[in-house]
Amino acid sequence: MVSLAAIVLIFLFVFREAAPIFVHKEKPVRPDVVEEEETYGEEFLGEGAQRLSEESAGKPSVESSGSEGEASLSNLLSTTWQPVATEPKYGLWPLIVGTLKVTVIAIVIAAPLAILAALFTSSFAPRWSREYIKPAIELLAGFPSVVIGFFALVTLATAMQNVFGYQYRLNVLLGGIAMSLAVIPIVYTVSEDAITAVPRFITEASLALGATKWQTALFVTLPAATPGVFAAILLGFGRAFGETMIVLMATGNAALISWSILEPVRTMSATIGAEMAEVVFGDTHYHVLFFIGAILFIFTFTLNAVAEVFIRQRLLKRFKGA
Amino acid sequence: MKTILMLIVVSFPGLSFVSGAEKITVKGSDTMVILGQRWAEMYMRAHKDVIIQVTGGGSGTGISALINGTTDICNSSRPIKESERAKLSEKQGSRGVEIKCALDGLAIYVHESNPVKELTLGQIKDIYVGKIKNWKEVGGLDQRIILYSRENNSGTYVYFKDEVLGGMDFAKNAQNMAGTAAVVNAVAKDKASIGYGGAAYGKGIRELSVKQDATSPAYAPTMENIRTGKYPISRFLFMYTKSRPSGALKKYIDWTLSAEGQKIVGEVGYFPIR
Repeated sequence: MVSLAAIVLIFLFVFREAAPIFVHKEKPVRPDVVEEEETYGEEFLGEGAQRLSEESAGKPSVESSGSEGEASLSNLLSTTWQPVATEPKYGLWPLIVGTLKVTVIAIVIAAPLAILAALFTSSFAPRWSREYIKPAIELLAGFPSVVIGFFALVTLATAMQNVFGYQYRLNVLLGGIAMSLAVIPIVYTVSEDAITAVPRFITEASLALGATKWQTALFVTLPAATPGVFAAILLGFGRAFGETMIVLMATGNAALISWSILEPVRTMSATIGAEMAEVVFGDTHYHVLFFIGAILFIFTFTLNAVAEVFIRQRLLKRFKGA
Repeated sequence: MKTILMLIVVSFPGLSFVSGAEKITVKGSDTMVILGQRWAEMYMRAHKDVIIQVTGGGSGTGISALINGTTDICNSSRPIKESERAKLSEKQGSRGVEIKCALDGLAIYVHESNPVKELTLGQIKDIYVGKIKNWKEVGGLDQRIILYSRENNSGTYVYFKDEVLGGMDFAKNAQNMAGTAAVVNAVAKDKASIGYGGAAYGKGIRELSVKQDATSPAYAPTMENIRTGKYPISRFLFMYTKSRPSGALKKYIDWTLSAEGQKIVGEVGYFPIR
């Protein structure tokens, strides 16, 4: 109950901060007379510094940095993410496409590996080795993602560029591979639980009918555990979707829309991570970042809820009915 | 449980009484964190009664801390924006005081094997807005240029966009790196790449000489060229305070602007203002 309330409260907070982008507010009227700005310590300036100071004072400031633009719906749905500009563009499509690209690659790499590993530890590995393998992989789940990101940025990126010879050193593929390291433990743990939960009489029946161990594992145990394995994949998907540090470091962060997996990409979570610290608090850019946060929140929450409630319940029911 | 809470509440004000020293908090630009820490360290060594806390987080973070009244000095690698001044006067009743405390040259980095030695400001602009796409167009090898940039709210990014790009947008395929060190690291590993950042960070790659236009001479980002204003891309680093500094704060700021303080600016790799 408490945790549910906390989730609702967090969501309300995020959305409250995001809401102002939908409310049209009057632009603040700028004063016609620009006040003299107070400075201090100018008398210390040397020759070169003085020239620079005069130059910058004489030039009308471009004020490309004043991101006070409107975030209308059409602006949010455009294809350019350039929040700091004379005309800020808050197009979310490149970020959404980017997030999906990295996530899908991470899952495509992680899911088969993790599920096969789970099948191995639950059906083939001797009991004693299971005692070691499972905690070891679960330990990986607690591995700081910034370490994985740094490893990808420094070592893996160079190694992969040497092997494949592609143009951009940091790209979707690299981000996806690094991310799969973070996703594998989650998919592994949950699907291992699901496979172990398959009642013994099912596997024993299969073995008694003359099926080999392999046949039993692949065609009897795994299908019986499908809902649980599916839940594991969904949870992994949710983790990858919300992961920030790895993608921030390893994907190059250029907001492009393309289907190529060898180009840099910018994800929603990395955008929040990178820009929140420097944004002017309370202006449109700030609210748009919170809006992205709300989208992330809704998405991961839905995934996790579906995985937990719907599929796990179904799995339990199936075995109770059997 | 209640007693523990009470104890914590009671002991907090108690702690600050014990120290009894003047406290100055400094927050802001990541570019200036090392400089700020060195200043604080040296100043505290000479003045035992002052405690100076320096943290980074970014220019925007520092300015919003100034607006919220949680920092005494805000370090910023970009001038404060009009919208931020307005918020500051709304919340603190003051439009802030600007203190220029150091000069920083913005270096253009390339991989050390790149044959290109110098570029004009116009060429740099065309490269970063995506008009020039291949190194051979500026006298280099036949390689596609890989652009590295900074995150779009760093002071360095804003400065580069305003001063070099004249306010135009960066090419979409410019990759945004989380810090100048990350840009340097990326450029050092990527033969066809170009990046920009503070001259203070320029290690392991080659810095280009920059020409104002095609006919003028090229200048390297050296101490001499930046101090005399010959190198065309240099900027101030700022400190902002809420109101005109007084007391311990004034003493500290005066010290940073003094010959002693400015000597540290040079040691850290930036350029003194005098």
